Amino acid sequence: MKAAVLVFPGSNREGDVAQAIELVTGRRPQMVWHGDGDFEKVDLIVVPGGFSYGDYLRCGAMAAQSPVMAEVKKRAAQGVPVLGICNGFQIVTEAGLLPGTLMRNSHLKFVCADVHLRVETSQSLFTNRYQAGQVIKVPVAHAEGNYFADADTMKRLEDRGQIAFRYCGPDGSIIDGRGNPNGSSSNIAGVFNDTKTVLGLMPHPENAVEPMFGGTDGKALFEGMVEALS
Amino acid sequence: MTVAPEKNPPVKLPNEPVITPQIVAEHGLAPDEYERLLKIMGRTPTMVELGIFSAMWSEHCSYKSSKVWLKKLPTKAPWVIQGPGENAGVIDIGDGQAAIFKMESHNHPSYIEPYQGAATGVGGILRDVFTMGARPIANLNALRFGDPKNAKTRHLVSGVVAGIAGYGNCMGIPTVGGETNFHAAYNGNILVNAMTVGVAATDKIFYAAAAGIGNPMVYVGSKTGRDGIHGATMSSTEFNEDSESKRPTVQVGDPFVEKLLLEACLELMATDAIIAIQDMGAAGLTSSSFEMAAKGGLGLVMELDKVPMRETGMNPYELMLSESQERMLIVLKPGREDEARKIFEKWELDFAVIGHLTDTERMVLTWHGDVVGNIPIPPLVTEAPMYERPWTLTPLPPELDAAKVPAPTDWKASLLTLMSCPDLASKAWIWHQYDHLIMGNTAIRPQGGDAALVRVPGAPKAASHKGLAMTSDCTPRYVQAHPETGGRQAVAEAWRNITAVGARPLAVTDNMNFGNPQKPEIMGQFAGAIMGMAEACIALDFPVVSGNVSLYNETEGRPILPTPTIGAVGVIDDIATSAGSRLVQSGLALVLIGKTKGWLGQSIYLRELHGREEGAPPPVDLAVERRNGDFVRGEIVGRRVHACHDLSDGGLLVALAEMCLAGGTGACIKLPESDVAPHAYLYGEDQGRYLIATDDGPALVEAAHKAGVPAVLLGYSGGPDITVDGLLALPLQELRDAHENWLPGYMNSAA
Repeated sequence: MKAAVLVFPGSNREGDVAQAIELVTGRRPQMVWHGDGDFEKVDLIVVPGGFSYGDYLRCGAMAAQSPVMAEVKKRAAQGVPVLGICNGFQIVTEAGLLPGTLMRNSHLKFVCADVHLRVETSQSLFTNRYQAGQVIKVPVAHAEGNYFADADTMKRLEDRGQIAFRYCGPDGSIIDGRGNPNGSSSNIAGVFNDTKTVLGLMPHPENAVEPMFGGTDGKALFEGMVEALS
Repeated sequence: MTVAPEKNPPVKLPNEPVITPQIVAEHGLAPDEYERLLKIMGRTPTMVELGIFSAMWSEHCSYKSSKVWLKKLPTKAPWVIQGPGENAGVIDIGDGQAAIFKMESHNHPSYIEPYQGAATGVGGILRDVFTMGARPIANLNALRFGDPKNAKTRHLVSGVVAGIAGYGNCMGIPTVGGETNFHAAYNGNILVNAMTVGVAATDKIFYAAAAGIGNPMVYVGSKTGRDGIHGATMSSTEFNEDSESKRPTVQVGDPFVEKLLLEACLELMATDAIIAIQDMGAAGLTSSSFEMAAKGGLGLVMELDKVPMRETGMNPYELMLSESQERMLIVLKPGREDEARKIFEKWELDFAVIGHLTDTERMVLTWHGDVVGNIPIPPLVTEAPMYERPWTLTPLPPELDAAKVPAPTDWKASLLTLMSCPDLASKAWIWHQYDHLIMGNTAIRPQGGDAALVRVPGAPKAASHKGLAMTSDCTPRYVQAHPETGGRQAVAEAWRNITAVGARPLAVTDNMNFGNPQKPEIMGQFAGAIMGMAEACIALDFPVVSGNVSLYNETEGRPILPTPTIGAVGVIDDIATSAGSRLVQSGLALVLIGKTKGWLGQSIYLRELHGREEGAPPPVDLAVERRNGDFVRGEIVGRRVHACHDLSDGGLLVALAEMCLAGGTGACIKLPESDVAPHAYLYGEDQGRYLIATDDGPALVEAAHKAGVPAVLLGYSGGPDITVDGLLALPLQELRDAHENWLPGYMNSAA
């Protein structure tokens, strides 16, 4: 699997995700600067976490207008898989690759903590190494992760199986907002586009790939992509 | 080289005021200090020159009250690459790698404007570390707030924590540890001490000493605005009712720009274009330029009109004294300007050649071609005022007889009270706002062990799980009671915390927060603390490699508790051999290491349950400290320890409760036969002790005794309760609720 990781001014988890990809593929992904609209052909584009352009204006809003994102939109339309994590989720949402929006956390503060996620489907190139209903533990670290979409969109996401991950209790239970770190609608932690080739999620699977450094529950996401895209 | 005579005296700027005694006083210069200035200058200074002297001779920049004492601290060891005097200390951590670290205060600004004050404190310490060529890998912070009942405290906690989070999170550096205390003595003067640890290659460390006559002096980063003018001078005076009006002297931070500056500097550092580099911290362009020139024994011409400006109409005085953030000064090799400019332009940062080095040892400032300032550099530095202020040592209070401290009438209530008191209650509300996981190297997180443990990036494959342990410690009530003991204890506790995760303690950065040094009793606190620290640092081979002094922490004449915060770093070869403090497994033997006399003087028990702050603080026997610690470390890296926690505030029972809560497993212990009263045994704060969870308790006890270390098997882990035979049985859930709910409850309640 050949992967590209985008780098915007203010990106800061690009190294983390590059490290995770290197761990499972044995090769370093290509790092692509935000001004570079003409990067090499790859099997996967990763939009990493951070504070692109300082999160000024609105999280992800400026990055969504960058030259590199124009190219990402083009390639996504051609079916090239795109993974947006945290700020990357905000960026791909702002760029219109995913429905909905990410608002300020309901408690208004930044939150960094391990959360439990229920994998809602294994039927995607991102989640094929998980079982549907499986509970995994990965961290979140964000101030604007409160996913929101209008009722029609929510219904469509549900009906078409576009919800990838939901926040849940340690046993997988979803009771009100328990275990939800940001107040997101329907406890949503990650969503697909309608072809399931774009995944956006707030949690950081890239920070859960080694036993001594946060556990390994996030590793299967990268292994699954390698399997699907190699 | 000698100082060249003044060839070009400065011109008068339009609106240049006449220097009056009042203007001199407003610049914080005492009359005799101004006399000294006149002797050096040989004429009346211009305003910009006066401002420069004022900043350079402020307590904050000159250490004029503390220098004579700081010299008593040990600063050398075979592993020390750079001790105090540079932007940060540098130690060798093996494999061609160095750890670069420092702690610095931002107390006054944080009280005036908590968000920006704390944020720029983090920004400043990060710059100190990456200026030297290191990529920062972790932040810590030590915070002291006033009484929770004080009207301002909630607002200050909220703002400071958000400020630290806002800056550190955006920079992408994990904030992995620290401490937070509350005491009425900080009501009018909080402490915000921020520490950064970075890693660099030992052969790629950058220093501030300028070299090469004619070489260009380059300004990079943010533009200069009018913020923070005279910040250093403000930080060198006491607070009073008017301090609110000093808000304009607080700097405003932009972590996004600092992130760009970090990446741009590291990119430039990967070339060999840099001769010297220095961040602009306190006293901005003034202190950075003087330090670089002075360290290099050179002179400098700076064309101030070339400084990138954020606002129109700025004058030389403002440019020299602004403390605008996210700026650096660099001496480049000749001819490398274009290469460097390209890097900073890529990161969309300002880049301007603003001067060049000369052989005159003078700082010549020009403004559109006219000389506006001309100061001989060496005397400004070497003839800076230095005071041996009178000092009176605090006498050692009498030892408190434990028999005179009542036992709790309700054991359960006593533990619940302690575990939910502001100092011991869970600080999760704070550290969950800090990204403590970014970079993917955090092995021991907050509340996971006595020290944070972070993998060292970039180590060779064979050493790929090398870790740095880091902590910050001080027990101000001990220092207040007896500064020498308190100073000794702060160092010993930091050493103990590094040890308790299995790492080898290597070096210290100190952040000395005290009141007005012109009062002999305050100067005596400072002197006493230094004596105690020096003794401990020597005994534990734990040199001080960097630090910061913050004096005048007083409001309306009321000083803070003397607070010499100790930041410390240690190394462990393989993180797999470390230990946290979480008790996650049932059936483990719980062994207490160290001697328990039941010391209740100055204990948290005495303060929280009986409202008394009295007696002598617990003594620290440094030889015992070392012996016990070396034994514990050996057991941990020998993989015979599941969990380890040092005993500090609240003693044995609080340590056990913290281990149980952190791992979600209960425990049952029985006090051994002894003549120590149970409440003194359980809540006493005797030093040099650890609580260890291990598979084979008797074997550990035997090994300890062989090493001459006191050890006793107290009981076993397991069950849903924390139980002390015959005294206490408390469900963990009840304890957890009390421990975890206090801070969120406090922060969410109406003011």
